[in-house]
Amino acid sequence: MAERLLEVKGLKVRFATEDGTVHAVDGVDFELDRGKVLGIVGESGSGKSVTAMTILGLTRDKNTRFEGEAIYKGQNLIELSESDLRNVRGNEIAMIFQDPMTSLNPVYTVGDQIVEAIRTHEGTSKRDAKRRAVELLRQVGIPNAPHRVNDYPHQFSGGMRQRAMIAMALSCNPDVLIADEPTTALDVTIQAQILELLANLRADFDSSVILITHDLGVVAEVADEIIVMYAGRVVERGSKRQIFYDPQHPYTWGLLGSIPRLDRPKPKKLHSIEGTPPSLINLPRGCKFRPRCPHAFEKCQEEPDLQRRVEDPGHLDRCWLSVEEKRRLRDATIAGGAQVVA
Amino acid sequence: MLAFILRRFLGMIAVLFAVSVLVFIIFVLVPGGDPASRMAGKNPTRENVQNIREKWGFDRPIYIQYVKMMEKAANGLLPGPHGEYDILTSFQNRQDVAAEIKKGIPATFSLCVGAGIIWLFFGTLVGIFSAITAGRFSDRLITTLALIGISMPVFWLGIVLRYFLAEKPNNPPFPDGEYVAFTVSPMQWAYHLILPWFCLSVLFIGFYGRVLRSNMLDTMNEDYVRTARAKGIAPSGVLMKHVLRNSLIPIVTLFGLDFAAVLGGGAILTETVFSLKGVGWYAAQSVGDLDLPPIMGVTLYGAFFIVTFSAIVDFLYAYLDPRVRAV
Repeated sequence: MAERLLEVKGLKVRFATEDGTVHAVDGVDFELDRGKVLGIVGESGSGKSVTAMTILGLTRDKNTRFEGEAIYKGQNLIELSESDLRNVRGNEIAMIFQDPMTSLNPVYTVGDQIVEAIRTHEGTSKRDAKRRAVELLRQVGIPNAPHRVNDYPHQFSGGMRQRAMIAMALSCNPDVLIADEPTTALDVTIQAQILELLANLRADFDSSVILITHDLGVVAEVADEIIVMYAGRVVERGSKRQIFYDPQHPYTWGLLGSIPRLDRPKPKKLHSIEGTPPSLINLPRGCKFRPRCPHAFEKCQEEPDLQRRVEDPGHLDRCWLSVEEKRRLRDATIAGGAQVVA
Repeated sequence: MLAFILRRFLGMIAVLFAVSVLVFIIFVLVPGGDPASRMAGKNPTRENVQNIREKWGFDRPIYIQYVKMMEKAANGLLPGPHGEYDILTSFQNRQDVAAEIKKGIPATFSLCVGAGIIWLFFGTLVGIFSAITAGRFSDRLITTLALIGISMPVFWLGIVLRYFLAEKPNNPPFPDGEYVAFTVSPMQWAYHLILPWFCLSVLFIGFYGRVLRSNMLDTMNEDYVRTARAKGIAPSGVLMKHVLRNSLIPIVTLFGLDFAAVLGGGAILTETVFSLKGVGWYAAQSVGDLDLPPIMGVTLYGAFFIVTFSAIVDFLYAYLDPRVRAV
């Protein structure tokens, strides 16, 4: 069996704000094995980014409360001291952020910023670190790397900046790479290149990847396992095959239905999930997706647990509908959701 | 880069030219009436006025008057002997304006350079400290102090300081004398300047502290600061290398312009309250006497510093912010 790198158990993150307590993450569990890609999918505000940032302790604040554990190689990252955690950040678990336009410091060269990452964790000389920065930039596909290493971020295009961010994240050979919406700010052709790059580098660097996105199309390319998040909870979890070919939760159907497809007749209108995600301060009673779910019934007043309801092992969901009903209802939703809802 | 410097230099000259034309219009044309009769004093004879008019060239066309004035201004700055009428001369006492300004420069520069260093240093310190303790008691205390500092008028603070620390009969801790040249005694020079330095700095310290605090709090929310933290850099490194470095860029602009203004004779109140016979003091005296040539002279002198320092700020900007260089 593959080495278990990261195990998140019952993670809860709450922010105290003036308007009340925000339940940003409300019970998330997952495991990550070496060499695997885990996709975390959900809308804005579903808690996927907060989950990722919490693993690195970037959400720590006097107004934040944590529960649960994130065990990385035997140590609980949630309770680890700030100075011990700094040895993990960038070194063992590295992160790539959503917007490459603003994630690099505009006043330092790209090379300096990679060198800084290397020298924070290793006693490398400036010269060697610089040489490695050039090599990393070359590996992520920056043309003329020895020259471009001295460029400032504003001299890079969006795609190149994201490549530079990836180079920086990989600079200390991390075991886990967290990519938080790495392609959202990029145009589609560049998206595909970046995803391919991530997939290739994962093999080269022998890292595991947590890929966070709102786009199921993105995880379809590279993920081994997928968790679908809604309102701070995991609503469905399974392998890529299970999620795409046998989705169990109506929210997952909605996500799948809102991808335009070339292999089906063109619908009149691009399908979207009706309504908006709930306020994380006043969550609805029972199933959190109930107010937006077209298939809700009395039982949904009570919140279902995340558990296995289908024969397939490893495929968990949070929905009261029987498996037969789900399979009947979902095909209609995914195929031409708009008509069914209307 | 060379093109940038050249362009900036030409711009400087254009601005100075515009300022000199404006100064000429405001001081010579706008007041109206005959400058010659203004200069001639009370109950002048007709010949007297005519005499002045011809010697000063007030009967010539306006553009020639302008050229003459600029020649006079430039002549005063150039070394060598000058005739009575080829220099910018005070109406009041016939003193060479440029020479008077030159006399005031050591006191003004001593005051401003010292105060500039103090306010930049303490303003930055106050800004950093209140930014990292934002919301806590120490931040609120400093904010209150800064607001008091900003609100205290310089003439009031100066007089109070002078009264309690330099003039009270029994052993005042500071001397209440005039400016002592640095070349005479560096110790006495600094000793005599401590109160004026403090007085001039207080307002700027409060102001810079507030500006830097809000800059830093904004910068702390930038994505690249989160990136820096995610790299595992220690908080002090994140603060100094990533937050402060970016937050200081607007402070450089502020400092360049404020420093140029006080250097160019803007520290009028401080110089007057502490009887430092600098350029600002000279300006105040001349305004009191409605003596136009010195006011014109000081205005041109001040404009020169402001234009020069805004060019220096631009060059510094290009150094501090690589995005500017590309333009």
